Amino acid sequence: MATATQALQNYTDTFGQLAKSGQRAPSWLQNLRQTGFDRFRAAGFPTTRDEDWRFTSVAPITQTNFQLSRNGHRLPTSQQIDAYRLAGAACQLVFVDGRFASALSSPAPSVKGVRVASLASLLASEPQALEPYLGRYLNTQRDAFAALNTAFLEDGAFVHIAKGVVLEDPIHLLFISTAHDAPEMSHPRNLIVAEDNAQATVVEEYVSLGGAPAFCNTATELIAGNNAAVSHYMIEREDTQAFNVSTLRIQQGRHANIASHSVLIGGAIVRNNVHPVLAGEGGECLINGLFIGNGRQHLDNYMLVEHAQPHCGSRQFYNGILDGSSHGVFHGRIVVHKDAQKTDAKQTNRNLLLSDQAQIDTKPQLEIYADDVKCTHGATIGQLEENALFYLRSRGIDEVSARRLLLMAFASECLDRMKEGPARQHVESLIHAHLVTLAKSSAGFNRASHRSDIERHVEEVG
Amino acid sequence: MSLLEIKNLKARVDEREILKGINLTINPGEVHSIMGPNGSGKSTLAGVLARREAYEVTGGEVLFNGKKLLDMKAEEAACEGLFLAFQYPVEIPGISNAYFLRSALNAIRKYRGEDEMDAMDFLPLMREKLKLLDMNEALMNRSVNESFSGGEKKRNEILQMAVLQPKLAILDETDSGLDIDALRIVAQGVNAMRNKDRAFLVVTHYQRLLNYIVPDFVHVLRDGRIERSGGPELALELEEKGYGTSEAGAFTAGAPA
Repeated sequence: MATATQALQNYTDTFGQLAKSGQRAPSWLQNLRQTGFDRFRAAGFPTTRDEDWRFTSVAPITQTNFQLSRNGHRLPTSQQIDAYRLAGAACQLVFVDGRFASALSSPAPSVKGVRVASLASLLASEPQALEPYLGRYLNTQRDAFAALNTAFLEDGAFVHIAKGVVLEDPIHLLFISTAHDAPEMSHPRNLIVAEDNAQATVVEEYVSLGGAPAFCNTATELIAGNNAAVSHYMIEREDTQAFNVSTLRIQQGRHANIASHSVLIGGAIVRNNVHPVLAGEGGECLINGLFIGNGRQHLDNYMLVEHAQPHCGSRQFYNGILDGSSHGVFHGRIVVHKDAQKTDAKQTNRNLLLSDQAQIDTKPQLEIYADDVKCTHGATIGQLEENALFYLRSRGIDEVSARRLLLMAFASECLDRMKEGPARQHVESLIHAHLVTLAKSSAGFNRASHRSDIERHVEEVG
Repeated sequence: MSLLEIKNLKARVDEREILKGINLTINPGEVHSIMGPNGSGKSTLAGVLARREAYEVTGGEVLFNGKKLLDMKAEEAACEGLFLAFQYPVEIPGISNAYFLRSALNAIRKYRGEDEMDAMDFLPLMREKLKLLDMNEALMNRSVNESFSGGEKKRNEILQMAVLQPKLAILDETDSGLDIDALRIVAQGVNAMRNKDRAFLVVTHYQRLLNYIVPDFVHVLRDGRIERSGGPELALELEEKGYGTSEAGAFTAGAPA
């Protein structure tokens, strides 16, 4: 434990050392980092007094002295990584404590027009390839974590899909926290560029191999050109000591079609920000999420969907399953700018509470500055349906299996929105295994409490 | 040995006494019908026998195949060979009808120490039973009962029964919401399953269903007790005179005004 002041000093010292060692970097990059850090210093970590952080206290993060890992001396073995491979991936880039681990990664696919590399290697060899994109989209003004990520920007993945190129198989980016004895932090930064008419699937997955608290503060800029189609997956399954803050900033061109799938099942405190800007006419954005909490997990989903141009559609669907004393947050904000006529935005959050102590805060927020738009939002909170449980059991299916089937059915609403393929299969098997455990731990709750009165339904059309 | 033996069964729901001492014995091969006005306790009896937890048993004993049914959970009763066809089959979005049915069959097979059936082995069995009930195979790929018509839901219940092959099938108001064609198909499905080992308990408000599934015994349930028992002719009498008649006339014994 450290006081917030000590922790802030820790970040200042660490940044100072980093800035010194990064003096040979191009000046635009040095400026980017410095601006990020200045912004972070000025803003400080958010508190629950900030509207965007009302339901999430980051005190456990701000009060810990996290150090950047002294990288390299404890690389996991290839066997340790095997458990985390994505079958059918085009390639896998492995990052250990934020650093690219070439020995554990598989080579980039040899498809013309597809470039997959570590950001650090490109910053060293070809920074001009990154300069037009890097840091241009992520909003560091609004979010101190994004600013901090920018200040510590060193490594991550760079994915570039050239005009018209279609890569069918997913690119798997695996981020491993290995904190063993002391709290460690990493700030991975990813840049994904899909040029006009390009198509790709990128899977970011966060796991832990250590035993000490790790803080992973990650940010991804995804730039999709006109008619580009990109599926992005964020899978958080670190251990229950981990803190994970992630921001996905999506910039969409005309008729670009983007799907963001967030799957949060691990971590102690998790904050997942998804921020698409529909910046070209006719863009379509699907923001799909599934979060499953247990124990004392805190899983916060924050979305800011900006409609900047006419005739764009956005769909947010988040399903939450909360057991134990876990706490889920759905905060979905839709901003329709004044030129964005004929916007069609929809937001739905459905939640299952499996215990008396589990909690969900769901907050839809619409800001509409155009006059010809269709925006709807709705949220439901309920339990596993007693009738459905009995129906399954009356056919011979035992209680734990019946619960698992119903939980899987609820989760399937999210899984079904993912395109068929290796990425979806990967997620499905993860969720399946996770729900087997959850069904066991939550059995008997419905019987014990007899609550049927908590069903709440909010539906508004604006 | 009788298949089902209900002795002085009492049960309540939310503090309200519904069953006030039911006695009924069913032997293998028999078809019994329970008739009675709304609120007499018909569905509660079906629910208690299927081990629905919302019903609290306050007295009595039930032996199913010689085993204490009231000590069993719903899934155990099902695995022991008890089946309830629901009055209101439950919609379960996200679980396919075929997967559900195969999971149920395998749960029961596993309980009996038999090998589980894979999808390939299950398919011909399922198709055979679908034919019996004149059901479209497409219904099997849809979520359980989701957006099924009333008739499709009831046929789906009988399909499950045909696949699971219970020793005792309880049909709870299976005729409600069925048109005459669907009723005939459902009854055909049931009749095809009648044999010397299997028994049925047909719970119904109307006599209509009993034209198609002819019972061996008819029992009239009123205010939580079996007020009168007889043969199939009793159902016809009720149809003619209505339940109200019984209060005023022929079989008033113990009935409240």
